[in-house]
Amino acid sequence: MLWACVLLPSLALDAALRGQPSLDRPFALVTGPAQQRRLVAVDARARAAGLAPGQRLAEAEAVCRDLFAAEYDARATRASLKLIAAWAYRYSSQVLLDPPRAVILEVGKSLRLFGPWPDLAQRLREDLAQLGFAHRIALAPNPRAARVLAGIADGTLVESVDALPQALARVACARAGLPGNTVAALTSMGITTLGALFALPRAALQRRFGKPLVTALTVLLGEQPEALAAYQPPDRFAARVDLGCEVKSHQALLFPLRRMLGDLAAFVAARDGGVQRFVIRFGHADRSSTTLAIGLLAPERAAEALFDVAKLRLEQAQLPQPVLELSVHADELPPFAPEARDLLDQRSANALPWPQLRERLRARLGEDAVYGLRADPDPRPEQACVRDAVANTADSTPLPPRPAWLLSRPIPLRDFAPRILAGPERLETGWWDGDDIRRDYYVLELATGQRAWAFAAPGERGPFMLHGWFA
Amino acid sequence: MSAVPAIATPALASLIAERRVWRGRPAALPPSTQPTGYAALDAALPTRGWPEASLSEILLPADGVGELQIVLPTLARLTRAGQRVAIIAPPYLPYAPAWQAAGVDLTQLSIVDAPAREMAWAMEQALRSGCCGAVLGWLTQADDRTLRRLEVAADTGHALGFVFRDRVALGNPSPAALRLEVSPDQLRIHKCRGGNPLAPIAFARTHA
Repeated sequence: MLWACVLLPSLALDAALRGQPSLDRPFALVTGPAQQRRLVAVDARARAAGLAPGQRLAEAEAVCRDLFAAEYDARATRASLKLIAAWAYRYSSQVLLDPPRAVILEVGKSLRLFGPWPDLAQRLREDLAQLGFAHRIALAPNPRAARVLAGIADGTLVESVDALPQALARVACARAGLPGNTVAALTSMGITTLGALFALPRAALQRRFGKPLVTALTVLLGEQPEALAAYQPPDRFAARVDLGCEVKSHQALLFPLRRMLGDLAAFVAARDGGVQRFVIRFGHADRSSTTLAIGLLAPERAAEALFDVAKLRLEQAQLPQPVLELSVHADELPPFAPEARDLLDQRSANALPWPQLRERLRARLGEDAVYGLRADPDPRPEQACVRDAVANTADSTPLPPRPAWLLSRPIPLRDFAPRILAGPERLETGWWDGDDIRRDYYVLELATGQRAWAFAAPGERGPFMLHGWFA
Repeated sequence: MSAVPAIATPALASLIAERRVWRGRPAALPPSTQPTGYAALDAALPTRGWPEASLSEILLPADGVGELQIVLPTLARLTRAGQRVAIIAPPYLPYAPAWQAAGVDLTQLSIVDAPAREMAWAMEQALRSGCCGAVLGWLTQADDRTLRRLEVAADTGHALGFVFRDRVALGNPSPAALRLEVSPDQLRIHKCRGGNPLAPIAFARTHA
């Protein structure tokens, strides 16, 4: 087995920054009580300005005047790690969460599907860059070693168990994930690298430092498997973003919304599913919220398509108050069947697929605005034409001529001397459901040249009720 | 003695090849791949069919004078070839049994209800998308600018656009490639790209 570790060195920063458009100031995350706020994480610009985690906020602001500080959100950071795990599930069936900032996935079997490791690594990196996370990736024969190697350098590659001790030899003990209390003791004894540690007899190590250290070493070298809990993707999607300030314009909501729907798309793609219904909730300052439920006619998974529909709906929506937080929920994630396209399809490849156009029209014109028709064998004209969300067809029996236009409700015909072209056709039916009709239908030509489909009471030749046009 | 002695210099020849000099006779347009289904109408149209990837205007004095009968053979042909047809804001309910009897594949037919101010938007989206073979619209308010947008959208999406309007609109110019007036017993081409209007064409109506 081969394990790839995806380490996210600036997970907390990325989680906080990806909800916002790019920032051109030094950025830091802070935490702690109001009087003693300390920096938790700093970005590259802030580090260049001389800031470091652990510093007091007051000092940092004195050093760096235009520092942009945001509250460290442990929950959002954990949620981001879960998102990465959900995304990794797309490439491997065995995904391990290694909090606080690593995800490890088994790729030995995935290589058969995704091609040799450089290709797969390229895919992983492209996806992560698109999701907006800085990352380091390392490959090793066991998950523990992969995690340690990813912590040392990006792109480390160890494919066989035999090469592992040599690759790990120069790693400092302090960075090898050994049991916490032993590292200081080892360092004070002059054993600073794993290479020196591997050279010592195991029995002596166990006597002096106890079983945990020896177990950690055997796991690291892959001599003993490690019991790890595999990640199970959840059955629903939920994401939430604090906007940090009150947002009034729809335009400013689009950026975080695009990110969240991108996450949703990555999540459903990893499950090989789609999303048909999702809810966007806008939280306001007084803890009330506005919800926008978006239902699609068919499951969809393309990030652009989801965003397109959400954007149109958002433009129509009324937000009574400024928005403080944004969340997206999807509870039902039905299977997704990609639309089969004809190889010899004559329409150009950049054409918008019909389902996407349909959703766009529905988003702006209303849920019921787009429909198809179905011909029903019911003899009653009103029942013979059925509005259907998805157009359908039925076997038709040959009928006397029927008009192409039907009035939704018959209206009196204002023409005093229509010429009868055909008829009468007696329709006397519907007794079984209480909605029965008895009518004589005629095809009439009016003085204006229009041809009408109209009915009169049985046996009579007027007055006529207009029910359709032969257009 | 050549029939065209004028092209003596290469410079002139290249100008003519680029079609930058109007020589009194317009170059013939390539024949259309979208026949109307009516031999007499096809013969009267310069491309022998609907102008492709553009807007056609159908003008009528009232509803029920045969305006759908003109387009139904085209719609039947397109839907049977698996192309989608969108109907934007029809004035009445398209009556499924009649459309089916005319040969239209109802599974490829989609109707879009739109309020008056969204009609042009919906029609433009459908034309531009490239997934519709034909788009029919009953625009209640269509100015020159709207029609020009629709014409461009039809060209982008390579779709047939049909706009149904009251014949009162004949008083105003229109950017549509074809303006066809439908009366109860005849068709009249008022404007047609690549050709001149001809005498009215007799139009036999069926009442189905």
